[in-house]
Parts: sequence; structure tokens; C-alpha cells
Amino acid sequence: MNVLERYEPLVDDVEAFYDACRRSLPSVVRVNTIKTTVERAKRALAAEDIAFEVTEWNPTLFRLLDDQPGANWPYVHGWLHGQEEVSAVPARVLDPDPGERIWDACAAPGSKTTQLAALLGDTGLVVATDNNLGRISALRSNTERLGVTNVAVTAEDARTHSLKPFPQAEYDRALVDAPCSCEGTVRKNPDVLEDWTVEHVEGIASVQKGALRRAVQATREGGTVVYSTCTFAPEENEAVLDHVLDAEPCRIEPFDLPLEHTSGVTAWHGKQFDPAVQGAKRIYPHHNDTGGFFCARLAVTG
Amino acid sequence: MADDASPGNQSDRFDRLPATATDRTVDGRPTRAELLAWWDERFGIEPGVFAEHTFWERGDGKIWVCRGDLETPVGIEALGMLAVRTRQEHWKPTLEAIQRFGDDATRNRIELATPEAAVFLAGADQELPWDGDWGYLIVTHEVAGEPEPLGVGLYVYDELRSMVPKGRRREL
Repeated sequence: MNVLERYEPLVDDVEAFYDACRRSLPSVVRVNTIKTTVERAKRALAAEDIAFEVTEWNPTLFRLLDDQPGANWPYVHGWLHGQEEVSAVPARVLDPDPGERIWDACAAPGSKTTQLAALLGDTGLVVATDNNLGRISALRSNTERLGVTNVAVTAEDARTHSLKPFPQAEYDRALVDAPCSCEGTVRKNPDVLEDWTVEHVEGIASVQKGALRRAVQATREGGTVVYSTCTFAPEENEAVLDHVLDAEPCRIEPFDLPLEHTSGVTAWHGKQFDPAVQGAKRIYPHHNDTGGFFCARLAVTG
Repeated sequence: MADDASPGNQSDRFDRLPATATDRTVDGRPTRAELLAWWDERFGIEPGVFAEHTFWERGDGKIWVCRGDLETPVGIEALGMLAVRTRQEHWKPTLEAIQRFGDDATRNRIELATPEAAVFLAGADQELPWDGDWGYLIVTHEVAGEPEPLGVGLYVYDELRSMVPKGRRREL
């Protein structure tokens, strides 16, 4: 776990961190409230003797104790979607209201897109963008399986996202769940550590900055942008926020997160960041027995 | 009427269906009124169910349903969900549209016991009694105490043929 060693200075309990990273990840499903209710989904799982527990912080997330998400009737009906627990954080932090226009800048394969669509009650509009046609195919399969009709999918680079097909207005909110080095998914996919290079970190950080800048530009004044990743690398997290705070009219907003976490870090490898990045939240795998995650909420001020 | 050389249906963009035949500019394109009448006549799904939805064509006879009201045309990858194929004489709804809107159906829906529903989901055909019309049926089965639409079957010659697309088939 050489790559993870670089994060030891940031982690509150290094031994617990490594222990958690070595364990496999619990199987979690989100109830798709476009097609059913939480209560019906519970009854359907109980009828098939599928053991589950509801997460403490989100009543639509169930941990499956023995089963895989896809092998049951409620899944077949699009009532359930397999989604890692922390992956359900950013849409909750974005907290859209029904009828709003949302941009999901790095959308495929669509777990967060479909969660946003459900939080909107399948009203308003979610514009879901991705630059990879294969991944867009997976996104489309998920939106259709989950019965989402308020989504418009575009194939383009988030950094140069065009509002031309949607001439009505800027977005009320945007989510940038950025492509990243993904060390936070090590419990699901240990290979991420073998593929890790510092060159990739630097390259992807430039993409992340561009996507987040475009999201702030495309969102109306007073609107909200959420930035999230599944990496522990400050280069891809706090440094990206620091860059965009300088470059675009926005500020970091506080938000509640009913999961154990730590604050954003203000220094890394000799670089200092805007102290406001402490308003971001870091979730390590040992905190809540999940994957690792990073999430920040920005208010657009101009 | 548009001729064959008209911009017509294009596979890379969504064109909103005309409200009625008098608004039609592309030959053969279904109208919103025809589509609403078909949902109602075939399945008893009333037009009000789609009051907030718009219908769009991309490619020949592929009709998409979108909650919302964008300006037409829209050159993007997907808009809501693919809902109905209208190219053949008998229009065919998609599994996804039936799962989403089939709850409101009052006609041409067949309730299967769960073992039969499993056969249907696996993509297999089966002999089953049915008193109604031949043609596309909404297949339901009971989940958590209520009937729930599962997909589309084609009933002909005393047989219910599974129309579950390969990618949605599953052995439960």
C-alpha cells in the first residue's frame, strides 16, 4: 500500500485506515423513489428474505447483509440501484428542489444522476454530461432502468460544456463528481493503487479545475455547485478548490454531513491553500466502513 | 407534406412530435394526439398521465418521452427515455416505459404468478390463457402486495412471447 502511505500525515488513525482499506466493501442499494417508496422496497426485500439494514443517515440507502444488489425482483423493477454509500453523499449535499435545472458535469455511469433525478421527483431537468460514449451507454441504461424522464444526456468534455441545446437559462445547481485517482475505491478495486502515478494526478487535476470552473460559470448567481471525488489526494481536492476560488466568483459554504469525517486540509507538500477549504469534508474508509470520499459545497456569487 | 429529401428524421437529434396532424411537417411522423390516443385505446392509460411530458422522435419511429419542455430540435445523446417504436403497424412500447407508466393501465394487462413472471423475465415464451386481444400486452406480477408492471409481452396463438430485451433478461 505504498500509495496510501503518502496520506498517513492526513489520517487521524492510520492503523484503522489500513485495516478498513483491506476489507471488502459492504453491498449497498439506494431505493429509487421515482418508481417506488422506501416502505414498499422494504416489504419487497423482506418478501424475498433478503436481509438489509437502513443506513443511519439516509433512509433510502440499505446495506445488503448477504446478497448482491442485482439478483432480486425489486431490482428488476428498477426500485433499487447498487450505489456505494459515500457515492450517495454529493447529491444530498447539492440538495436540489423539485423543478430546478441541474447540471451533472461528469455523469456516467449515472448513480448520482439518477439520485438527483429522484430528489427532483422526476421534475425540472438534469443535464447529464460525459465525454466517453461507452460510459454514456451505461448511463442511459441506468436512467431508463430507473424510469427517469427528466434527464438530457450530452456527450462532451465538461470543461467546454455548451448551453446551446438548453437556451432557457443557467443552471440552479451543478455537481462536479470529477474523474480522479480513485484511491477511495480501493476496497472495491485494489488495482487502483497499482495504476496510480503522480503524473496522472497532475494531469487529472487540470481536468478537474476546468470542469469545476465551467460548472461555476454555468450556474446562476446564488446557485450551488458541489465538487466531489473519491481520491485522498489534496492535489485533486483542496488544490482544485483553491484554484477555482481564485478564478471564479464563488465561495465555500458550510454544510451538515451526518457521517464521521474530517475537514479539508490547508497545506500539502509545501503548498498552502485558502483557509476556506477547511469547509470541505474528507471521509476515510474507517470512519463509517465505506469507501473514501471528498466533498465541498460552493455558493456562486457572480 | 415533406418529401423524402426533407430533413425529416435524423438519427443525431430529437424533434418534438407535432401536436396534431395539421402541425405535421415530416411525412409519417406520429403526432402527440395520436400517441396519447394510442396509450389510451390500447392500455387505458389516460392522456392526463402525460400532461407534463413531451414526446420526441430520433431516428425513424423511435419515440422518446421527456418530462420537460425543451426547444426543438435538440442534438444530444438522450432525452428522457425511449418509450415507443412506431415504425411497424402495431406500435410497441418499451419495457422501461411500461415499468414507468404501466401502473396506470386498465386494459391489455396480464397478471402472471411469480414463477411465470420469472420465465418471462428470462426471455422465454410460454403457453398461457388470455381472453383479450392478441398483440402487445403489459405483463405484471405481484411485488410487495401489489401488481407491478414488469415488461411487454406479445400474445399470439395462445402463447405469451417475452419481449424482454436481451440486456434486461435475468434468471431469478
